[in-house]
Amino acid sequence: MGAGKILRRTFLIGTAAIAGGVAFGVWRYRTPYGNPLENGLAEGEATLTPYIKIAQDGITIITPRSEVGQGTTTTLAALVAEELDVDLTAIKTDHGPPSSAYYNGVVSAEGFPIAATDTGFLARNGRAMGDVAGKFLGLHITGGSTSVPDGFDKMRTAGAVARLVLIQAAADRLGVLAGSLSTENGAVIGAGDVRIPYEDLAIDAAAIDPPRHVELKDPSNWRYLGKSQPRLDMLGKVTGTASYGIDLRLPDMLYGTVRSNPAQGAGAFDVDASSAEAMPGVVKVIRTQHGAGVLADNTWTAFRAAEEITFDWAPSPYPETSEEMAAALEDSLDDSARDSRFRNDGDADAPTDNAEVIEADYVIPFLAHAPLEPMNATAWFHDGRLEIWAGTQVPTYVVQAAADLTGLPEGAITLHTVTSGGSFGRRLEFDFILQAIELAREADGRPVKMTWSREEDFAHDFPRPMGLARMRGVIRDGQIDTFDGRFAYPSVVSSQTSRLGITVPGPDTTIVAGGWDQPFSIRNYRLAGHRAPEMAPVSSWRSVGASGNGFFHDCFLDELIHAAGLDPMEERIRLCWHDPSRKVLEAVAEMSSWGSPLPEGSGRGVAFCLSFGVPCAEVVEVSQTDRGLQINRAFAAADVGTALDPGNLDAQLSGGMVFGLGHAMNCELTYTAGGAPDQTNFPDYPAMRFDQCPVIETRILENGDAIRGIGEPGVPPAAPALANAIFAATGQRLREMPFNRFVDFA
Amino acid sequence: MQITVNGTSHEVDVDPQMPLLWVLRDTLGITGPKYGCGVAYCGACTVHIDGEAVRACSLPVDSVWGEITTIEGLGQPGNLHPVQEAWEAHQVAQCGYCQSGQIMTAAAFLNELPDPTDEDIDQAMGNNLCRCGTYPRIRAAVKDAANRLKEA
Repeated sequence: MGAGKILRRTFLIGTAAIAGGVAFGVWRYRTPYGNPLENGLAEGEATLTPYIKIAQDGITIITPRSEVGQGTTTTLAALVAEELDVDLTAIKTDHGPPSSAYYNGVVSAEGFPIAATDTGFLARNGRAMGDVAGKFLGLHITGGSTSVPDGFDKMRTAGAVARLVLIQAAADRLGVLAGSLSTENGAVIGAGDVRIPYEDLAIDAAAIDPPRHVELKDPSNWRYLGKSQPRLDMLGKVTGTASYGIDLRLPDMLYGTVRSNPAQGAGAFDVDASSAEAMPGVVKVIRTQHGAGVLADNTWTAFRAAEEITFDWAPSPYPETSEEMAAALEDSLDDSARDSRFRNDGDADAPTDNAEVIEADYVIPFLAHAPLEPMNATAWFHDGRLEIWAGTQVPTYVVQAAADLTGLPEGAITLHTVTSGGSFGRRLEFDFILQAIELAREADGRPVKMTWSREEDFAHDFPRPMGLARMRGVIRDGQIDTFDGRFAYPSVVSSQTSRLGITVPGPDTTIVAGGWDQPFSIRNYRLAGHRAPEMAPVSSWRSVGASGNGFFHDCFLDELIHAAGLDPMEERIRLCWHDPSRKVLEAVAEMSSWGSPLPEGSGRGVAFCLSFGVPCAEVVEVSQTDRGLQINRAFAAADVGTALDPGNLDAQLSGGMVFGLGHAMNCELTYTAGGAPDQTNFPDYPAMRFDQCPVIETRILENGDAIRGIGEPGVPPAAPALANAIFAATGQRLREMPFNRFVDFA
Repeated sequence: MQITVNGTSHEVDVDPQMPLLWVLRDTLGITGPKYGCGVAYCGACTVHIDGEAVRACSLPVDSVWGEITTIEGLGQPGNLHPVQEAWEAHQVAQCGYCQSGQIMTAAAFLNELPDPTDEDIDQAMGNNLCRCGTYPRIRAAVKDAANRLKEA
């Protein structure tokens, strides 16, 4: 009797159809995915679409994107609440069960070589895209700054459809026409004092065939959307009552941890756990696929016991030193390793005659995600079933992998997606969840909460890869005549999808994302991606390829602009052909009073990167002090097309900038031996510190033609804006991160 | 061993070397203080002992010298401490995992220094890590909290 269905075949014809299919598919009846809330309804509960569950005591909105701090729960709930007409502060939210009904129709688009600014590419690359799109069918996934663009139509539609069937249920009950009724804050209202709460109508409403067409509110009538909403999770997070995965407690629960081979993916030849087993409080030591785990009566004992285990590790399957990896990157700049060349305007090989040629290499290091909540998961085998609690961005994959590991059918596995203390992309991986299951399997029916020590977390991240860019530019007659770059990385897509058992054909667009697709007109403009061999396994780190490519592309653009004797802001604006992009540059110019004098020893840098469809420009102001370089102020402007929650957009844009700055200043992972990075805890990897953080001002623009997400686009321009500011202040051009290897920060 | 947490006395039978954080979290089920680094660096585990901000992850339980207050004891939904009010008003938290420690650090320091300068705030809050980058809002909330505390 549920109303929430989608139409699978709409996926098969490219991204335009995916986007179109969303609006129509969400409530269509008798289509493949069904409403996963129908299983597990309690007495008196009803579900209207996969996003709405109504019980006698209140309404729950399903917000199926994983809350990792980005505020998605509040914004997604507001989409439904806006059209359902309920008090946003009176509803409950839930991540919902793993289900293809919560497919993300936008996330895979970032994998296609389509510039956000260039719809003409869609047709040309359609066939190649379709093949890849097929791999992502029905993916219940959080990532790629897609939660809002994916949910914008379908979750408002879900709310609107549910409201209509609730009105119809009331009309049937009252014997009046639906058109004579309206709604107000969670109740249907009619002539006289008629006021029927949704809770009283839900079961009847769920039996009504939902309408095929529904009008969504005009934005001018929005009550929640377009306005800053207090986060629904704020009170819990300021009172210590928000429950993260690591806070879960179950009756009779054991506390566990694991140690795995520092060489990711390799196992152990031999394990000696005798002293660990003898420790008071240790229940059991268990061999795992990649090492061993401990079950104990508290986490501290589990940590200490795990440290007592001695291992004879199998050798690393990948190079063990940063030097070897850097050499492999260098080798991959060869033509034979070219993976893509999506931009090749003019003739970058044209004779330079007497023009000025500028060449430079840029280097970025491996970086850890290191969310503050270390990886953890709870698993419990009971009553022939497996129940799991974990923070994950890929719940359907977790269930599949858990089924593969245990031999249980997927239907016997329940996964509760819990609130996460950060992710930055780390929870796209679920190695730690499988480890919890490995421990729980040996726990004689007791639940096991498996927590990684911080050291295990650093050793077993799947980091952002190191990268190398070889840049070449030509200045002719005071203009940039040629911009030519080769970006080399090991492939994130290949490494990450291999762990999902998927092979994605074709180029890895993340190698050049945030580089090839930038909206500038340069006569000879060429960007190639080069695929280095696999090294330490890597994954998506907040803003993925653009996290490094924004630095490569924009800093070298800055070098060329300076070489041409031009103003960095004015020339970027002049070169930019894309109106929304030009406007974010103009916005930060105004916000930062670009061009106004600064004290001696100070400097301003601007940088721009279009990533995830969002043009973002940032300005950083630095000054030299007797304690070192200080970032005084920073400005960011981004265009999201339609701004749903200005307060949260500010938080994410500002937070993304801090994330980008802090890692550029202070962080790297290096490798010496054994396959794990040398950095083992936050003292080695501090990122931004409170006292280094500048005053930040943000501005959100709405000139873009599509709604976009803001979780990631604030990151890529931050590092180049800082490097460009340091150049302006000191004349020193930084081409390698972390910057604190070359300059001192206050 | 006897410890007093948020006004309640608990008899705990644990290894005396067990860090206070794990006694709170695993033995007593008080999970507001968080495990972040285990080496007294990130501040997520910060609690008060007799009003002083302490890193619970690195303090053996037998070294506790006074009454412990955790974020749960500072204020509750419906009965917020002024620092928590300021955090809510400024919508500080993103993932929120560090914020128990940030709030406990701020509450202890504002008690000592009711009129902090920017430099005082840098010094007091400089050793609490936030991976989401909420520092600008933390700074604004600390200043707001100072005003709220004076009015309280």
